[in-house]
Amino acid sequence: MSSWTDKRPMSPHVSIWKWHMTMASSILHRITGVGNYLGIFIVVAWLFATAAGPDYYEPLAGLIGTIWGQLILFGFTLSISYHLLNGIRHLVMDAGKALQPKFGSFLSGLVLVLSVALAVGVWILSGLVPGVDPLNMTGAAPLGAAQ
Amino acid sequence: MSKQQESMRTPLGRVRGLGSAKHGAGHFVTQRVSAIALIFLVPWFLISLIAAVRGGYDGALAWVADPINAVLTLLAVGAALYHMRLGMQVVIEDYIAKHGTKAVLLILNTFICVGLFAAAAYAVLKIAIA
Repeated sequence: MSSWTDKRPMSPHVSIWKWHMTMASSILHRITGVGNYLGIFIVVAWLFATAAGPDYYEPLAGLIGTIWGQLILFGFTLSISYHLLNGIRHLVMDAGKALQPKFGSFLSGLVLVLSVALAVGVWILSGLVPGVDPLNMTGAAPLGAAQ
Repeated sequence: MSKQQESMRTPLGRVRGLGSAKHGAGHFVTQRVSAIALIFLVPWFLISLIAAVRGGYDGALAWVADPINAVLTLLAVGAALYHMRLGMQVVIEDYIAKHGTKAVLLILNTFICVGLFAAAAYAVLKIAIA
């Protein structure tokens, strides 16, 4: 790859294509989109369990309360954060703005950093991180705690 | 302007999925309109949901029963499912080359999204109207 000196455009083949920020951003947008597709099953299950009664709600809350449940929930939060912020970037690009290569790369990187900050921020502020609860959200019983 | 000048593709080429069968722009626009709605609905839903689940089952029930929460939840889940049906359609069309498999997955995609909406709508209306 490094010995390649021909400056002419190459075939956009994944294995020989130089990675850049906007490309990673495009791929991540699709991955997080599929992630959100899977994640909404949890949201609908939660709504359905709430309608079905405590016999359905409590087991689901217990499942989400486990370490694996929390990991999946954080992954879903991260996925939503990224897809939301990058989606706004896409809408800006659809309007014909922010299409310059350098600024596009900068914005893609910024979205990546901001989305991680947003997801972590949501978890910290909502008291989902064990031992961290600046807004005293855990005054009431958290999701997954024994009622 | 005659028909032939509008497109170089034959009508058969278009309907075989090799190009827009006159709904390509519709897909593009509705994908973005639902995205704009979700910019507002998703943050609201996330913040409310986190507050709602704090109260356990009773808190969740009381939250969904609130008329504004019920309507906005239906809008948020509806817009999200509509948006993701369109998005997944593009993913399937991009990666699945086999016609049969592609058709099955596209139908399955629609069934999943409509099914999830039916479940969500049933749940919200049952709580909010009861």
